[in-house]
Amino acid sequence: MSGPPLNWYLILSAVLFALGVAGFLFRKSIITIFMSIELMLNAVNLSFVAFSYQLKQVNGHVFAFFVMVVAAAEAAVGLAIILTVFKNRETLNVDQVNSMKY
Amino acid sequence: MDVILFLVFAIIAVVCAVNVVVQTHPISSAISLIGVMGSLAVLYLLLGAEFLAMAQIIVYAGAVMVLFVFVIMLLNAGSEAKRGRSLAAQLLGFPLLIAFLALASYFIQRFYPGNTPVHFGAFKGGTAQIIGRALFTQYLLPFEVTSILILIAIVGAVVLARKEI
Amino acid sequence: MNFFLLSVLKAAVVAFVLLTTLAYLQWVERKVIAHIQVRMGPYRVGPHGLLQPLADVIKLITKEDLIPPHVNKFVYLMAPFLAVTMALISISVIPFGSEIHIFGTATWMQLTDLNIGLLFILAVSSMGVYGIALAGWASNNKYSLLGGLRSSAQMISYELPLSIAIASPLLLVNTLSLREIVQAQTGSILHWNILRWPAPQMVSFLVFLIAGFAETNRVPFDLPEAENELVAGFHTEYSSMKFAAFFMAEYANMVTVSCMTAILFLGGWQPLFSPAWGSNYVPTLIFAVAGLIAISHGMNPARKFDRITLPITGVVFLLVGALFLFPPVQAALIPLFWFAAKVGAILFLYIWIRGTLPRFRYDQLMRFAWKVLFPVALANLLVTGLVVALS
Repeated sequence: MSGPPLNWYLILSAVLFALGVAGFLFRKSIITIFMSIELMLNAVNLSFVAFSYQLKQVNGHVFAFFVMVVAAAEAAVGLAIILTVFKNRETLNVDQVNSMKY
Repeated sequence: MDVILFLVFAIIAVVCAVNVVVQTHPISSAISLIGVMGSLAVLYLLLGAEFLAMAQIIVYAGAVMVLFVFVIMLLNAGSEAKRGRSLAAQLLGFPLLIAFLALASYFIQRFYPGNTPVHFGAFKGGTAQIIGRALFTQYLLPFEVTSILILIAIVGAVVLARKEI
Repeated sequence: MNFFLLSVLKAAVVAFVLLTTLAYLQWVERKVIAHIQVRMGPYRVGPHGLLQPLADVIKLITKEDLIPPHVNKFVYLMAPFLAVTMALISISVIPFGSEIHIFGTATWMQLTDLNIGLLFILAVSSMGVYGIALAGWASNNKYSLLGGLRSSAQMISYELPLSIAIASPLLLVNTLSLREIVQAQTGSILHWNILRWPAPQMVSFLVFLIAGFAETNRVPFDLPEAENELVAGFHTEYSSMKFAAFFMAEYANMVTVSCMTAILFLGGWQPLFSPAWGSNYVPTLIFAVAGLIAISHGMNPARKFDRITLPITGVVFLLVGALFLFPPVQAALIPLFWFAAKVGAILFLYIWIRGTLPRFRYDQLMRFAWKVLFPVALANLLVTGLVVALS
């Protein structure tokens, strides 16, 4: 029996992306929101690699590689921001970080 | 065999992703996210992207998620409190998500009908040599710009995480 | 013989040999450290303490396996499992020898050869950090948390010089597959990566070795599990088999780093000089000399018990030396001997340094990684790249 059609990979990518969006919209803790963003980025990477398989080119892999690198840089800076916010507001709940003046 | 491998790791990925969103304690979400990344690495291997699979584990699961786990341990983040969700969000949230998903799947099936089956080993263009050649010839400018981006990120993280704010 | 059966056979042999090596590595460590400290080490359990690992295993298995009350059970039970799994998986791509013919099929003495084998080892060692970090967190104990955080921060800090030190010999061999890296070092010692023209890799050998010590949490970098400072660090709350799992993971990591050093810098299973000059007789010579020394010391030993054990050891060594002259197994055993000799030398170096050096303070350790080792590794990569490009 031949392998799974490429559609299945794209559907999996859509499912993961939707779950990432759900986590981003429905959760209150800033760290979980950030992890949902990473989930969305991973779903997009899977799409890139799937299309690269279909078109038999390596460009998709290179794009996914750049997405990975940018996600790593973003995680570093984002977590530093989270640490600073926690140090000042002493909470990780995004609903309570809702005014510029402390 | 490819179908079985895909199904097993796709189900693991979806279950872990649901876990990321559903669990209250951030550490459980982080461990589930590591599970998602691991199963995605296996799916990349099935799609012939071996360098990317190893890069996913080295960079994403082995460095970025360690950073997440560190921050969760340092901040001593506890379980999230379950309150304050409006009735509209509770009623409409899950059905709207399923609708979004169905729409996305429909468009995918519509525009890419009956396409290439994915065999393990059919695409041999994902080796380190080919990606290296692409990175250093065709994508040289994004590569150099990304390295400056990482430098900016390092400097920013060091400045932000200092003791005096 | 079909592929599946052959793979299962190879996996069983490698697993058995590895687990026995891990147990007896502990015996070797205790004996060598004891002799460095002018004492005897394990001596009573079996002749010269040879059954001590068995006694330790029995003790650890029969100890009470308690789970402290306020720990996060899932993570607490998963952490040693993760540490051991990651430590043992990385053995699967290591080439132990050259091509052999068993039961009619030609196969390599390696479980599998990935064309990204080196990245696989890096990936698995990156995942090994989680075992320690999660163990420290799940124990619900401030000493464990501190030990776990320090240990994981140390491991990921030293992963950087490790990866860059790996990249330098890769510029010379142009491949990521471990089998091809060893095959590219054919010839004599002058072709090994450490002495290879145009760019001898001695600096990156040193950097890799030092970073490898830090990755495996060994002295002088073992503050995270220092007994007298952190109440045993991240494995404070673990007892019996889970503690044994962490120990086994540490020794397996040590073996992996030693194997990687041998493959990347010292030529893997390649002999010291080519067989045309007679290097096939070196194993026999070494074992014969060792056997004769043992027998001659057995004639008038320092302890009466050695009148029996030393001659027996000598005879065993002479028999093993004779085995290397036996043509059917020569093709398989000789590359294995060279590989084992190199790995054994580096493991001895590990144990020797443990018996000799004091440990670093944590800030000295981190400063060394970021301010000394990382620039040195980068500079070496730059120089190697320049030399390779210009030649």
